[in-house]
This record gives sequence, C-alpha cells and structure tokens, in this order.
Amino acid sequence: MAIEDLRSNHRAQLAIGLFIGIGFGFLLQKGGVTRYEVIVGQLLLADFTVFKVMASAVIVGMVGVHLLKSLGLASLHPKSGSLGSSALGGLIFGVGFGLLGYCPGTAAGAVGQGSIDALLGGVGGILLGAGIFAWRYPSLEERVLRRGEFGDKTIPKILGVNPWMVVIPTALILLGLLFWIEETGF
Amino acid sequence: MMEQFEMDLWSPYVVGAGIGALNTLAFLLSDRPIGTSSAYARGSGMIERAFRGSKVEAKAYYRKFEPVVDWEVVLVFGIVVGAFISAILSGSFRVEAVPDLWATRFGPDPLLRIAAAFVGGVLLGLGARWAGGCTSGHGISGTLQLAASSWLAVACFFIGGVATAMLLFGAGV
Repeated sequence: MAIEDLRSNHRAQLAIGLFIGIGFGFLLQKGGVTRYEVIVGQLLLADFTVFKVMASAVIVGMVGVHLLKSLGLASLHPKSGSLGSSALGGLIFGVGFGLLGYCPGTAAGAVGQGSIDALLGGVGGILLGAGIFAWRYPSLEERVLRRGEFGDKTIPKILGVNPWMVVIPTALILLGLLFWIEETGF
Repeated sequence: MMEQFEMDLWSPYVVGAGIGALNTLAFLLSDRPIGTSSAYARGSGMIERAFRGSKVEAKAYYRKFEPVVDWEVVLVFGIVVGAFISAILSGSFRVEAVPDLWATRFGPDPLLRIAAAFVGGVLLGLGARWAGGCTSGHGISGTLQLAASSWLAVACFFIGGVATAMLLFGAGV
C-alpha cells in the first residue's frame, strides 16, 4: 500500500525523478557515452561502447522489470507503434543522431560536462524540433502516424507466450553478442 | 586519444547494469519507464507559452503533453547535474564547442559545428516525438519491456545514424 501512496505523491515523484536523473547522468558520463567521439564511433561501427552500455542496461532492466511484474509490483508501459511513426520517425531521429552526435539524454549529459555544441546545437535544436512536431501534430496524426499501426503489443504477446520465454533467450542472445564483441576486440 | 580518458571511465558493463537497475527502480517507485524526449516537448511548450501566452496550451499535442514540469523534466535536469558531478570528480569537465573528431574532419570553426549540431538537434527532436521516444525511452526502456514499437524504432535510429555518420566521415574511419 505504501508504494501506491508514494506513486501518487507528486512532490515525492519529482524528488525521485531528480534522483534517478542524477544517477542516470552520472552513469552516462562515467560510461563515456556523453562524448561525441564515443557516439559517432559507435555509428561508424568502430567503437562499441554505446552498444555495450545499452545491451547491459537492457539485460539487467529486462530481468528486473519482468521480475517486478511477475511479483505483482509493477506493470509494463509499452508504447504504441506503427510503421508511419516508429519506422519513419526512427529514421528521422537517426539522421539527427548522426549529425548531432548525441541523443536527447546524452546531450543533456554532455551539457553537464561542458559541451557547448550539445547545449546550443543539441538542446536548442531538440527543443525546436519537438516544437515543430507539436505544431504539425494534427496533420501528421491524420496522414502519417497511424499508417501500418500495430499498437502497444509486446513481442511475447505477439508470439502468445509467457514473457519469460522471450526474456531469457533475449538476455542470452545479448550476452552472447557482448562476449563475441569482446572476443573480436571491439 | 582514448587512453587519457580511460582513467575517467567505468566499464561500460558496470554503467549499463547501473542504468538497468535505475530503470527497474523507476518502474517500482514511479510506475513508469525512463525516457527523456517528452521533457523536451514540454520544455518547448513552456518556452512557446512564455512568448505567445496560454493559447499554446490549446494545441492538440500540448493537451496530450501539458507544458508543465513533470517527472521527466526533472529527470533531464538531473542528468545535467549528474554528468556535471561525474565530470568534476574525474577532472574531465571541459568547456568545448568543437569535438576533436569533428575538428579533424570539418575544421575547428565553432559556428559550423554548432550549426550542424543545431540541424541535427532539430531532426532529433522532431524524430523523437514522431517515433514517440528516443534512445532512452525506446532504445533502453522500451526494448527491455520487449515492446514491438521500441525494437522497430531503435533499429531505425541506428540505420539512420550509421548511414549519416558514414556519409559524413566515410566508412572505415
């Protein structure tokens, strides 16, 4: 019951968000992924730090969150998707990612380590880009975002299996990829 | 060039595991995944409201994502603070407008770098809201929930990103 009270306490939630953000930013900077060279190195397939960080986060978080769910302590919040939004939006994002060399989270982290390009170009540009989307949202929603809609399905739901039947193989495949990358010297 | 940063760096596996643990904590304590891009949409709405007044709130998108300080906005503020603490502690804080790798390829002109970064940022902000999430919200938090939308989005993030970086720097740098 205490957890429900905590979740509905607005001020406590803002404190938790801040605390988690500080931890997240600290880790991103310590991982080197707030650096332009590291992110572009990943996109040039020369430095696999970003993949190592993301895959480890997914393995731990996937097991953690599904454990919470199995224990009845958390519920999933998968985002709804479509070809028009996830794929097309993802590609636009990717072009920006390559040009800027940071993503929205790591740009904020790069600001904290003194990167002026992340502040003026990154944060400034992202704010404008988000504003442009908000401005065009009604017509995009009508014409593009719903094309090829598939909803908020998870892979286990699509396959019709218990989530752990996907969690465990996915964790093993990601672990295998990490070992393989270490073996090949990236 | 990388050697001098080595001392400041933690193992990417330790960092990744920590981020996974933070995500689990966010689900437990706040019943939500970690994401950052909706904070920029709210921020953009707050800035626009400062100039154009409360009629901005009537926009369909801002009725969905109200321009207010919420969990995700303080999270992004926390990222800046956390990275600052980390950079100060390791002595890696450095005011820099042009990253070394960019300067090697395109020269040291800060205006060119900031202009390119700005164009990239606009596409990033537009694409993140278009896809409904970014490298955190889809790339980590969505994939770990095994959401179909997130696996598709993250594949497209990297297809677009790899293609753009290869075009800018040429393959095999």
